[in-house]
Order: sequence, then C-alpha cells, then structure tokens
Amino acid sequence: MQVLQSFAIRAGYAVILLVAVLVLNFSMMHLAPGDVADTISQSMGGADQELLDQIRADYGLDQPFYIQLGHYIGGVLQFDLGFSFFYNQPVTELILQRLPATLLLVITAQLLALFIGVIMGVISARKPNGILSHFVTFLALFGYAAPVFWTGILLLIAFSLKVQWFPVAGMQDVTIEGGFWAHFIDVARHMALPVVTLGSLFLALYSRLARATMMETLGSDFVRTAKAKGLSTNQVVYKHALKNSLSPVITLAGLQFSAVISGAVLVEAVFSWPGLGTLAFQSIIARDTPTILGILFFSALVVIVGNLLTDLALRLVDPRVGGKG
Amino acid sequence: MKYSIKGIVASVALSAVMATGVIAEGHKTGGTLVTVLGSNVRNLNSAVQSGIVTGYPGAQLFASPMRYDENWEPQPYLAESWNVSDDGLTVTLNLVKNAKFHDGAPITSEDIAFSVEVIKANHPFKSMFAPVESVDTPDAHTAVLNLSKPHPALMLAMSGQLMSIIPKHIYGDGEITDVKTHPRNNENVVGSGPFKLVEFKNGEHVILERFDDFFIEGRPYLDRVVMRIITDPAARAIAYENGEIHMGAFESLPRIINRLKKVDTLTVTPDGYGAIGPIDWLAMNTAKGPLSDVRVRKAIAYAVDKNFIHKALMQGTASDSTSGIHPDSPFYVAQDGYDVDLEKSAVLLDEAGFPVKDGSRMSLTIDFGWPGVKPQVEYVKAALKKVNIDVEVRASADFPTWAKKMGTGDFDMSWDTVFNWGDPVIGVHRTYDSTNILKGVWSNTQSYSNARVDELMAMAAVETDIEKRKALYTEFQEIIADELPVYHTNTLPYHTVFNDKVKNAPMGIWGTSTPIDTVWLDE
Repeated sequence: MQVLQSFAIRAGYAVILLVAVLVLNFSMMHLAPGDVADTISQSMGGADQELLDQIRADYGLDQPFYIQLGHYIGGVLQFDLGFSFFYNQPVTELILQRLPATLLLVITAQLLALFIGVIMGVISARKPNGILSHFVTFLALFGYAAPVFWTGILLLIAFSLKVQWFPVAGMQDVTIEGGFWAHFIDVARHMALPVVTLGSLFLALYSRLARATMMETLGSDFVRTAKAKGLSTNQVVYKHALKNSLSPVITLAGLQFSAVISGAVLVEAVFSWPGLGTLAFQSIIARDTPTILGILFFSALVVIVGNLLTDLALRLVDPRVGGKG
Repeated sequence: MKYSIKGIVASVALSAVMATGVIAEGHKTGGTLVTVLGSNVRNLNSAVQSGIVTGYPGAQLFASPMRYDENWEPQPYLAESWNVSDDGLTVTLNLVKNAKFHDGAPITSEDIAFSVEVIKANHPFKSMFAPVESVDTPDAHTAVLNLSKPHPALMLAMSGQLMSIIPKHIYGDGEITDVKTHPRNNENVVGSGPFKLVEFKNGEHVILERFDDFFIEGRPYLDRVVMRIITDPAARAIAYENGEIHMGAFESLPRIINRLKKVDTLTVTPDGYGAIGPIDWLAMNTAKGPLSDVRVRKAIAYAVDKNFIHKALMQGTASDSTSGIHPDSPFYVAQDGYDVDLEKSAVLLDEAGFPVKDGSRMSLTIDFGWPGVKPQVEYVKAALKKVNIDVEVRASADFPTWAKKMGTGDFDMSWDTVFNWGDPVIGVHRTYDSTNILKGVWSNTQSYSNARVDELMAMAAVETDIEKRKALYTEFQEIIADELPVYHTNTLPYHTVFNDKVKNAPMGIWGTSTPIDTVWLDE
C-alpha cells in the first residue's frame, strides 16, 4: 500500500509539473518574435500579407494570448495535443509515428552502454593500475568529452565511406525486399552507428561509476569474508560484489535517461534517424508550437516512466530499497 | 558568357531530343532511382504549396500544361498545343486527349479551371494568375483563360511546379481555400503526373511508383523513385559518395560542392536553376538613417569586395549576379560592377555628410536570415571598417525572428536570398515595387520607391513583344544597379549531384521541379 501511495503522490506531482511545463513553454513560444506563418511563408518562397493573415486566422494565431493558451490546455486535458500547423497533421499522430524510432535508438544505446560500461568497470576495478584500467579511463573520458555530432560524422566517414559496412542515414532501406529477418537485419545495420555514437557518451559515465563502486565494494568486509570462506575470485566478484555495486549505476542510468533523449536530438540529426529528436529540432526551427509542446509533453512522460522503471529495477537488485521510494 | 560553345551545342541537341521525345542513344527502363530531399516536406500538393522541397515530388505527382526546354522555350506537356490571341487577352489550351488521373478518371478542362481557381486562392505567388478572370470550358479538352490584361508571365507560370493540375472530383469536395489542408494532400494523393504516390512517411521518405497510364507513351522510364529525407548536408555528401543515393539537388555549401566535384563517379553541376533563380544580396533599408542616401549605399558597394566573396567565401562555386534577375534568365543584362575602390567610397561618404569623427563615420547594423551566410555578414563588417563605418552584426535566433525584423523595417542592412521563380513578374517585381512595401519577408522590405521603376515593371508585365519586354527590363536593371536598394553579389550556388548510373538528369530551367519522366538508370 505504501508503495502505491508514494507512486500516486509522485504521479500527482508529475501532472502538476506537466501543466506548468506546458504553460511556461507556451508563454515562451509566444514571447518570441514571429510565428509559424513566417516559416510557412519561408517554405513557400515568400507570401503576401493577405496569405499570412489567412494562415494566422486559419490556425487561430490572431486570437489573444490567453484564449490561445486556454484552447491549448483545454485540448491537452482532453488528450488532444492539437494540430501541427507546419506538417498539416494531428500532433499525436506525428509523435506516435516518430516515438518508436527514438525509443528503439535510446533504449538500445542505453542498454548497450550499461552492459559494456559495467563489464569495463568491473574488469578495470580488479586491476586498478593495469593497462586495461587506464585504457577504460581514457576511453571513458574521450567518449564523454567528444561532441556527439563529431563522433557521429567521424564514424560515418570511417564506416560508411572508407569501409562501406554501414549505411549513412535513415532507419531502413526502402528498396530492400524480403521478409521479417531481411528487414530486421536492415534496421540493425542502420542502427549500428547511431547506437554506438549515442552509447559512447554514456558508456563513459557508467564504466567510471561501476569502476569506483566496484573498487569500494571489493574492499568491504563482506567481500573479505567471502574470500576467507574460500570462494573463487570470480565467484566473489560476480556473485557478491557486483550485485552490491549495481544500484548506484542503475540510479545513474535512470537519471541519465532524460540526457539520453536530449543526446538523441543531435544523433538523430546527424544520422537522419526518423525519431522525435529530428522532429523536435525541425519543429523548433519551424516555430510549430503545438508540435514542440507535444514533444515536450511526451519527453516528460518518457522520463517519468523511465524513472519509475528505475525504481523498480533498484528494488529487484537491492531488496533494501523499498518503502518510501 | 561563361558557357562554352560545346555546352551550347550539347544543350541545343538535348532540347531537340526532348522536344521530339526520342532519345537518340536509346534508354533502359525500370529500376529504382534513389534521390534525396534536404528537408522535410510540408505538403505534397504543389497547387497549394510552393517552395523547392515540394516542387520535386509535386512535379512528379502532378502534370502542368507545359514544360520548358533548356533554352527557355515552352514545350507541350498536358496541353498538346496552345494559342494566345492577338490582343493577348485570351489563352487557349488544347489538352492531350488520353490524359488520366491516377485513379483512372480523365483529365478535362474542368480540372484546369478548378486548378486555376485553387492556385489563385491558395498559392503564395498571387501575381501568377491575378490577371486570369475566368476559365471557359467549351469542351472537355479545351480550356480558355480570359485575362483582364495581357500577361506574358503566364507562360512560365503554366510550367514546372507552378501550375499543378489537380482532380476536381477529389479536391473539390469542400471550400476552395480549404484545399491547403486537404487530408489527401499527403496521403492517397490522386495526381496527373508520371509517378503516383506509394508512401509518404513524414521525416523519412516519399516513395513514388510509375503510373502506367501516363499520357506520354512509354514514359516514365523508371519504375520507382525514392526520395529520402536527409537534412544533414555532411551525411548527404557521404551518401552520394558511397552510392547510397543516386541523385540530389539544391546542394549549396561551397565546401561540400568542391569536395564532391573531386569524386570520379559523381557529376556536380550548377545547371538547372535558371527559372528557380536563387540570388544572394546585401539588402539596404532605403527608408532609414544614412542608407536612405544613395551615395552611402554606393559607398558601401565600393567598399565590399565582390572578389573576396566569390573566391574566399563561395570558393568559386557561385556565379556573378549584378541585377535583380538571375544570370541564367533571358532577361538578364550584366551591369558594371562596383569594383572595390576605398577612395571613391570615402569621397562619397564625405559628400553625403558623414565625415570621420573620432575614427568613425557612422554605426550600422547587419542581420542575416540563416547561419550559412554568416561569413558574408562578418566580411561586410570587416570591409566597412576600412571606410570607418562601424557595423554591428545582429544574430537572429531563428527564421521568424529575422523575418520580423525585415518585415517591420527594423534593420539597416541584411544578407538575403531571394528566388526569381520563373518570370520576373513572379519573383523579381516584389522586391522593387513601391506598392509592395508590406509587412512580411521577401516583399519590398528595403522600402525602395522609384516611379520610373514602378512604371517599367508595369509596362513589362503586359508587354507581349519579347524584344520590347527585354528593353524594358534592361532599363529596369540599369536603374536598380545604379540606385542599389540591394547590392547584388552572387547567385546562391545550388548544385545538382548525380552518379554515373543516372542518365538524362534534370538540367532544364526548372531542375528537379519538373517531371523526371526521361531519367533512366544504367545498371
């Protein structure tokens, strides 16, 4: 019951936060000079005043601010995110089309970074001054310091141009024919470089943290006890120490989930990945308020769900976590 | 002229080929052409949405009454012939008899009349069909356009992406102004062109398929056309190079153009942009402060070194541009440039009453609409420093922010890129017409006003004699180059990139904004 209650309180806060985010963003978008009518006219090579006025009237942009805001919040409360001015499509539809691609990219990159990061951390923690450990440190710093778009372009030049192993852009090759597996392999090939690019950023964090906590754990009493019992080193490391070192890493992974989504904006732009990041970027440039707000709404939702899942995962690896989460 | 004799001979030969519809060397049919769009498509219906991104899919999905060859000569397309009355007030189109829409319904004069109505109500370029008062449909294959005054610009306005014929029985189910947001603009499109829509996935691709009942026998040659949406220019460049993409247009970054030119398997060409006519210029607000004095504007032109812009900034990829008309247009007459002359510039500024005080004559601002031209703006700042003009570079967060400044006259100078869009009436007049000083970008934002220029444009708009028309535009260009509401520097270096497998790549005046029904793949 306590668990449910704390979840309910959190959900309540989340809703308030979401509405605040919507109002704030709507107001900020409104404060900026110019509007979507300008970008529509840009995409058409110029428009006269009559047409601009007509576009503004069509989309209710000529209404006073508070009426526009009221309409929008009213719509969202009825689960209607509005209509994209720029793409002539309902925002919900637009986002749902793009969401799977982003989730696929972000979750794969996150899991990959977590998995490899922990392994690298553990290995280097066992020999803190070994060559491997220094290599991990170097790789971690490099991955964290290099801008995502730079890593992306570099990988493209290396693996799409010099050796042509992976395709340059997009999520699938529409000329490919065949069944499920042909498409699966095709998507996997398209995913490889974006996932590595996005993952490299977070690999650094996880491996560093895993290394630090593992070193700490390896020096603790229960590990000494386990060793004294006569367990093999591998058993000690992987059965006892690792489990105890994981929770900070998982906590960090949960906290980083929002960062992964923002990192995805850049990675998607470089690889033309048809996800929410590209859409966010383009709709900000196009000043397409309903789409931007819709994406923020969905991102907030994804982050909240991600955090809840983190809680759940923590409970699984560490029974001490519980109660008032 | 920069064209070689060989080039002219080749283009004449090719246009002869296009006109008769027979390819001398023979061609292969079938295959999937993979091409690229540099930004997301907003709307596939080119009758209601202008712009280069819609133009490419739009011209494949929808046919127009005519098409143009490389020499700016109209050729039959959906209209097998046409006739302009002696007084220039009626234009009769005789339609191809066997033409069908993608749903099998015949294309009739009713659809022509409907399309004109839709374009007039929704398309941003009002000047294209403004003089068209009504369209008569004496029979199913004859459409008569009744004009309020002679309108020579109509010919170009009936070609390329500018006059897409859309089916009345599909798009005529609501208010005429609602066609802009018609649900079938982006899915289940019923067009009249050589290719029909298979799938449009927003942000990902547009896939088109050969329309078997297309009204030109044996065309198109390709089975499928894929248009992938890749917004990052560096990623596009790699995709051309590794063969993932066969062809793409509108590449404008000098660094990338020059890099791709070195790739053996690729052809990189500036041909095919004459009608779209993109030109870059330094806009000067003639209604505000020191720049309202023509001597100050001239002084600025003398201080800015065009050579530097061409060699260092455009890296040799752009053409010279000296008047408001694109250099590939038949109306273009090159004007004497303002070769850099700092002394002359200083004298002009002194004469205008701006002597050097404490090391500075005046302070001006300069804006830019997109990050790609920031180097030009920074260069102007440095160049004007030499004649003691302080320039503040003002960045804009995004396009609407900049557009607002331009539209409300809140600027001294700005770098701007404006397109000709076929006839000067459509894309040139708007910048210099004193009745077009409006809020909104790409109107006469410089607030330029000259009664003679207004008069010349008004006469040229209704002059049906091509030589007389050219003479009017010659005088027009002389005045513009002399009075400098904008200082013309260069064309925007749009280039088309395609690899060895692509034959008959679109290089007419409309580039990819024209049907690619003769393109084939040598695989």
